[in-house]
Amino acid sequence: MRLTAILAAGVFATAALAETPSPAPNPDNWDAVLQDANGETVYWNAWGGSPQTNDFIAWVGQRVKDEHGVTLKHVKLSDTADAVSRVIAEKSAGKTNGGAVDMIWINGANFAAMKDADLLFGPFAEALPNWKFVDADGKTVTTDFTVPTEGYESPWAMAQVVFIYDSETLPNPPKSAAALLDWAQANPGRFTFPQPPDFLGGTFLKQMLIELADDPSVLQSPAGANYADVTAPLWQWLDALTPSLWRQGRAFPQTGPRQLQLIDDGEIDLAISFSPGEASAAIANDLLPDTARTFVLDGGTLGNASFVAIPFNASAKAGAMVVADFLLSPEAQLRAQTPDILGYGTVLNMDALAASDRDAFAALDLGPATLSPAELGQALPEPHASWMTKIEQDWSTRYGAGN
Amino acid sequence: MPETDHPRMGRPTKGPAFFPTLTLLFLLGPVLAGLLGTLLPSFGLLRPSGAAAFSLEPWTALAEWPGLARSLWLSLKTGVIATLIAFVLAVLLVAGWQGTRWFKVAHGLLSPLLSLPHTAAALGLAFLIAPSGWVARLMSPWATGWNRPPDILVLNDPGGWSLIFGLVLKELPFLLLMLIATLPQLQVRDRTNVATALGYGAVLGWCLTVLPGAYRQTRLPVYAVLAYAISNVDMALILGPTAPPVLSIQILNAMNDPDLGLRAPAAAAALLQLVLVLVALIIWKAGEVAGATCVQALLWRGARGNSLAFRALKPIGLSTVTATAVLLFSGLLAHFLWSVTGRWRFPDVLPQSFKTRTWDRAGEDLLFTGFTTVSLAFLVAVVALALVIGCLETEHRRGRAMGTGGVLILYIPLILPQISFLPGLQILLLLAGVNHGIWPVAVAHLVFVLPYVFLTLAGPFRAWDRRLATVASALGHSQQSILWRVKLPMMLAPILIAIAIGMAVSVGQYLPTLLASGGRVETLTTEAIALASGGNRREIGVWAITLTFAAWIPFLFAYALPALMFRNRKGMTNG
Repeated sequence: MRLTAILAAGVFATAALAETPSPAPNPDNWDAVLQDANGETVYWNAWGGSPQTNDFIAWVGQRVKDEHGVTLKHVKLSDTADAVSRVIAEKSAGKTNGGAVDMIWINGANFAAMKDADLLFGPFAEALPNWKFVDADGKTVTTDFTVPTEGYESPWAMAQVVFIYDSETLPNPPKSAAALLDWAQANPGRFTFPQPPDFLGGTFLKQMLIELADDPSVLQSPAGANYADVTAPLWQWLDALTPSLWRQGRAFPQTGPRQLQLIDDGEIDLAISFSPGEASAAIANDLLPDTARTFVLDGGTLGNASFVAIPFNASAKAGAMVVADFLLSPEAQLRAQTPDILGYGTVLNMDALAASDRDAFAALDLGPATLSPAELGQALPEPHASWMTKIEQDWSTRYGAGN
Repeated sequence: MPETDHPRMGRPTKGPAFFPTLTLLFLLGPVLAGLLGTLLPSFGLLRPSGAAAFSLEPWTALAEWPGLARSLWLSLKTGVIATLIAFVLAVLLVAGWQGTRWFKVAHGLLSPLLSLPHTAAALGLAFLIAPSGWVARLMSPWATGWNRPPDILVLNDPGGWSLIFGLVLKELPFLLLMLIATLPQLQVRDRTNVATALGYGAVLGWCLTVLPGAYRQTRLPVYAVLAYAISNVDMALILGPTAPPVLSIQILNAMNDPDLGLRAPAAAAALLQLVLVLVALIIWKAGEVAGATCVQALLWRGARGNSLAFRALKPIGLSTVTATAVLLFSGLLAHFLWSVTGRWRFPDVLPQSFKTRTWDRAGEDLLFTGFTTVSLAFLVAVVALALVIGCLETEHRRGRAMGTGGVLILYIPLILPQISFLPGLQILLLLAGVNHGIWPVAVAHLVFVLPYVFLTLAGPFRAWDRRLATVASALGHSQQSILWRVKLPMMLAPILIAIAIGMAVSVGQYLPTLLASGGRVETLTTEAIALASGGNRREIGVWAITLTFAAWIPFLFAYALPALMFRNRKGMTNG
């Protein structure tokens, strides 16, 4: 066992050589950031499940290479948690510098967890030159699931809950919780949602809770002793709905995209989505029939933003900030909103843009299945994160445990 | 475990323990680190937040997981039943048909399917049997009257039967191949001739005379299949029950949850899964004893296995194995069709429109990434092979087989869920200063490839006829020379198969590649799994075809090379 001992000694000796952190770039001195960034390679860890998103990220890479000499590599993930795991392992190993993850596409609960565990670099977002275009007052870009972002993540796309349906098989979709229940009971097996704790499944539960709660404003504060009372109407509604779900509620699709496949296969008629442009992009890519359309509930739907964040030990912080800044440029935002490219809502304030950029946004054809901003309406704020955690657990106990 | 396998010794010699030590080093460090990385968090230590205090709270939290008891039962049930069915079918085919032309056909059909990745096999099967799937499309609406798919629960059934079905399909080719690899050393023809002369039917005669020897050599692969079937994520995610899912999926969900607090109970659950696999192994061992007793009872009763029931077993063996091949190939064909599909809706039997867009988009990346993937796999498999041969040769020369502890270390990477095992391994690699890039990936792959190479080779190596060494030795050959000039050439077929299996395992690694490289090494599988999460059947089709092809090449060599080299050595060929 002597060899093992030598190995162990070697390992600890290496660990003891704690790396001295190089000074982090200061986002307020943008010229210095640009200088640092030139020649850096940025590893952007982002969901890689959509070829359209992958192509968009490749395009961003080309642009930041041309403009700022930053090389962008897309680390394609199936789950954001994998990037979080890597950063946690690096922190556990005392690696405070030279980490493998430079930038993460992040949202809500993952952001809250990483910020809480001091795993993020910042604040940087509001110092980015393009921040001046961001609609910080009109859009929920400075809070994420009610957690203040405080500049630790930079927004790059707006998301709002819509429901996707095939107008050929379902000409008049149900636009409220009550109508949805009636319709599902009259048409058993034609509706389902991703199984919580999937992000989109949890979102569906929250959306229905907002519809059904007597006073939705209490959802902005953490769930407390009022939890049982506030959520009682939701469980009542789900008890009535579940037997009429696809597969009688005995099996659920595991992810959001899986629902689109089920619509295209003709198994279900209605699916929840967190991207108003998803249906149009899906039509353009042959994933949905060209009769697919979207709608929002009469009472409005939840909205939030997609963000990018930089881990505390990222190797190329300056480069990552340059990429985050480029994502906020009118050029990138316009491309992201083009329906056959991504169809993501812009985070920019039209009034802050130059006239030519504003016209370009106005001239954008959003695609056959995308609602106009007026039709989407004002997005409802996300409830406090504690509600999602609790209702997801509760749902799993009630409907996901095979009782 | 396999100490009983060790060969009856002539004169033990003291050989160098270099290879076992080196192998242990490659395995022990990562395994201990992985185990610690699971053990510590389950008792409140090594938390993501940095806080650490011993507590049993992760275990009490685990106890309250919704549907935990049912998840445990589902994992155990699907794993044991699937392994049993796959094993029995493999035995029935070999017992009933070995030596016939049909056997060669079935063998030839099934062996390339070994390279089919689990996820691709599961997705292919899912598309076949879903209510909106290919079988339903073939029959609709003319036979079924369905213009829209019916709401029938086939996939993801709460009882786990579609998962069992998928596991049997995927593991049957592997077990069959393992079984066939043992045959050249068992003088099958002599044995079955005796059985036939005594009036035994083909199946029972084979089971009584050949199976005991064959099983002794395939035991380790069978255990590996059992461990895999219980702890797998790939197939359970697609075919398994969802409310609640099997334990491995519960662990995956908890580890992937944004709430970092759930990772501690998930680590506890991972240990529970380890226990579950041990329980299954005990059940299996009990089954081995029961099976042996039955066989003995049959022997004493003098049953000859010529009754109708026994004779019916023969066609069952061939037809189920053929059906397996047909299903897996149809799945692969479906993948190919989808990869060139524009629109394809229920109930059309074939796509309405074809497009090459998906292949165009993958384009040259596919070639480059494919090259990285295969070279990495080859490197890892060859290193694993060298270590394993070194170990087995040392074992042979010292006349002492590996202890239970060694076997357990070998098996832990196969049993513990990767997602809970890897953080510890990753911390070790980081502490050792191997940050990112190809080397940590190679080390991580080695941890998972070594066990498979070992269990593929151990049986044939240990069963090698030692009298040949005695003869060679009498002819003046040194031990070194015997190894290189007699033993290894005779082992060429199992060695090539071990390389092919090792490469297939390496090609299939997702999380170890992603985590160990820090996302900086792209392989076909990392690309594929990321794309598969988007659920687009066209993208999935492209990578399923590519991955299968990449993993198939080594198998092609494994079959072609011995046939070519031994074309004038009849005794060296199988079947």
